[in-house]
Amino acid sequence: MARNASVQTKVGFTVLAWTVALLLFSPILWTIVTAFKTEAEAIATPPTFLPLTFTLDNFGDVQDRSDYIKHAWNSILVSVGSTLLGLVIAIPAAWSMAFAPTKRTKDILMWMLSTKMMPAVGVLIPIYLIFRDLRLLDTVHGLTIIMTLINLPIIIWMLYTYFKEIPVDILEAARMDGAELWNEIVHVLVPMAIPGIASTLLLNVILAWNEAFWTITLTSGRAGTLTAFISSFSSPQGLFLAKLSAASLLAIAPILLLGWFSQKQLVRGLTFGAVK
Amino acid sequence: MATRQTRTLARTMMAPAVIVLLIWMAVPLAMTIWFSFQNYSLINPMMTGFAGWGNYEYVIGDPSFTQALVNTLLLVGGVLLITVIGGTFLALLLDQPIWGQGVLRILVISPFFVMPPVAALIWKNGFMHPGYGMLGHLFKALGLEPVDWFAQYPLFSVIVIVAWQWLPFATLILLTALQSLSEEQREAAEMDGANAVNRFRYIILPHMARAITIVILIQTIFLLGIFAEIRVTTGGGPGYASTNIAFLVFRTGILSNDIGAGSAGGVVAVIIANIVAIFLMRAVGKNLDA
Amino acid sequence: MGSITLEHVNKSFGEVEIIPDISLEIEDGEFVVFVGPSGCGKSTLLRLIAGLEDTTSGHIKLDGEDVTGAPPARRGLAMVFQSYALYPHMSVRDNIAFPLKMAKMPQAEIDKKVEYAARTLNLGSYLDRRPRALSGGQRQRVAIGRAIVREPKAFLFDEPLSNLDAALRVNMRLEITELHQQLKTTMIYVTHDQVEAMTMADRIVVLNAGNVEQFGSPLELYKRPANRFVAGFIGSPKMNFVDGPEAEKHNAHSIGVRPEHFTLSTTAGAGQWAGTVNVAEQLGSDTFLHVEVEGLGLMTVRTDGEQTFRHGDKVYLTPDANRIYRFDAAGLALQD
Repeated sequence: MARNASVQTKVGFTVLAWTVALLLFSPILWTIVTAFKTEAEAIATPPTFLPLTFTLDNFGDVQDRSDYIKHAWNSILVSVGSTLLGLVIAIPAAWSMAFAPTKRTKDILMWMLSTKMMPAVGVLIPIYLIFRDLRLLDTVHGLTIIMTLINLPIIIWMLYTYFKEIPVDILEAARMDGAELWNEIVHVLVPMAIPGIASTLLLNVILAWNEAFWTITLTSGRAGTLTAFISSFSSPQGLFLAKLSAASLLAIAPILLLGWFSQKQLVRGLTFGAVK
Repeated sequence: MATRQTRTLARTMMAPAVIVLLIWMAVPLAMTIWFSFQNYSLINPMMTGFAGWGNYEYVIGDPSFTQALVNTLLLVGGVLLITVIGGTFLALLLDQPIWGQGVLRILVISPFFVMPPVAALIWKNGFMHPGYGMLGHLFKALGLEPVDWFAQYPLFSVIVIVAWQWLPFATLILLTALQSLSEEQREAAEMDGANAVNRFRYIILPHMARAITIVILIQTIFLLGIFAEIRVTTGGGPGYASTNIAFLVFRTGILSNDIGAGSAGGVVAVIIANIVAIFLMRAVGKNLDA
Repeated sequence: MGSITLEHVNKSFGEVEIIPDISLEIEDGEFVVFVGPSGCGKSTLLRLIAGLEDTTSGHIKLDGEDVTGAPPARRGLAMVFQSYALYPHMSVRDNIAFPLKMAKMPQAEIDKKVEYAARTLNLGSYLDRRPRALSGGQRQRVAIGRAIVREPKAFLFDEPLSNLDAALRVNMRLEITELHQQLKTTMIYVTHDQVEAMTMADRIVVLNAGNVEQFGSPLELYKRPANRFVAGFIGSPKMNFVDGPEAEKHNAHSIGVRPEHFTLSTTAGAGQWAGTVNVAEQLGSDTFLHVEVEGLGLMTVRTDGEQTFRHGDKVYLTPDANRIYRFDAAGLALQD
């Protein structure tokens, strides 16, 4: 609409858009500034905007109180581990569906998607009991397995939509050039699909990082990820507002940065390629 | 392409994914259904044996279930209403010629990347707390009495938090759809003498209808399972005022250790999700052919 | 060595029979062109030979060895695709080296062969570029380079020139023909363009609806088409066909006359068939006249480029009596 709008219109829209955007961003902004305030200043009335006394103590306190580093490490292990494991299972499957489709391929894809729609609470109890009996409760590898399973359909779907864009001619050329399947995948398909694979990886790390059902229900102390770490701050903490902010900032900062880089892929991944 | 050999290979390579997902889907679900017909409590080991529809009668007959079901619908419906209307508005706004579009996009999308417990805690302590929350300060500045949001409007508060998290998702998808509308089509409408309102009504809205459907369906899937936001803010209360089905199952099964009743609730949750899923699959399935 | 034998090859996709039953004998060192209209099964036939599709029944032999079930990687054939199918993430050098790398050849030897191929194809200065930085013609050369380095038993070309512009196409046509004379390796070349077929082939296979209509040298096909389909497909502009009483005069169901086999006159009565010029296409060297002949319909006539005609001019045509093709009701050529 109105591509050659007047400067006035542009100013108007710009002001409106920035106002709305800043309002939406304000909780995050609040977290950022409060993390650097003293506890007293954090609950001061009237509130200050920028910290009067800039302090980094909160971060140290959070580490001492709840061991941020351990939880962050668990989050990294689970999110990256589950995504890599998922890719190993998904790349061959997506290759099959994109390049050797059968009449049933579409049904299989839809069925895989449907597993994603099963509500977690529907299987929470058996998984909890199985994990208890197999001593997987509160373990990083147990959580990694669950995370792989819940994100596998998305990984397969995303890879499938990326692979579909690769001309089959090129894979056939590799076959004519004497490449066996392994070489075809390693030397031709994967290098060509690197952007797609990277996007898939990124989105799934984000999803796994922020997953807050299984991470909370299946862990307690040892294997707790950042979602569990932050939940430990949920009891009334009136006097610890600044520390809560510091902890929150530590929990979301890494993924916020990753997220900013992957907006486009996010759309494609979460809509299963239905909106590009 | 596809020789018999390739097809055999393809089947082999697809097997691991299919098998793990099959196990993941079938085994726990079968167990949930099985438990839902058993008397099975971790607290009271004397209670065993076939329960028939007992667990279902117990869960569904309990007033907390009705309330959780209503809460679930209000939560899903409320969030959808806010995010779809707000998202459409934001997408149209961000599609205008404005300064700093790139930075704006980043600001708007950010809440989506905030993990649910953090989102809930920021809102709970930093904004909705009657004493030192920002909204409290704002109310006081306006000369009003600060509201204790989670005590007075627990479900509404949860809806606000969840809507804040999902508004970016709706905006981003609707914006993507909006930008795929060809410039020529808009210009053609302009040449045909359509004003801004008519262009929105007859050109833009129909073009975005598909994306809106997808936003609604995908969000519904996620919103039916909202858990962490409730867990770290209200704990489902006061009473059952902010308990949805997902949280009710957690409360019954894990917190109260009543496996049988919890499972029955889980089966109900699966049935509700499936009804939604059928519609979503149709929408996505159509796209596969295109 | 590279003789290729097809024995009763059949290919069906479900219910649909693409190739009912084809048997062919391609000799070592031959340049064979598969030509036919789109959908005639020529590409499928090539892919069957390549091993990219498998036969529903029948056998394919390379140098007498049955390779029907062998995967493409084991057949020792090279293929040049219509889209060139270059590996976009590899440099030209790596593209050409890829088949050798797959054959686990020592690096020194790979380098030598790549250098040699690059010199032969004038690609020397592009070796470190990515395919997307090349023009269409250069990409085509890289694809050919990738095919020749591994010294295959035979080359398969799948409409390799159809993405090039007209001038380049003529050049590449010559280059491929020269390459064949130099290498003397069996080549199978698929095209829908009968000019490419006529100019390049030792022998042509004319395909229609999955059947071989005729297999022979270009001139054989031109001079003695086996049936009406081949007669109409080979030769440009197309042969003119006449049915009915005029054909019966020649004891045939229908007769065909090539545009170049007319004697043309503007003198009234100086010809068997009288007609009116509809459109005159002047190419400079030749002029193609589209003549509406009374009672017989539209005919294409080729005449030299010196004469000028206009819409509405009266002309008189006499077909060369020795070059009238006769066909029976089934479209088969009648022998004299």
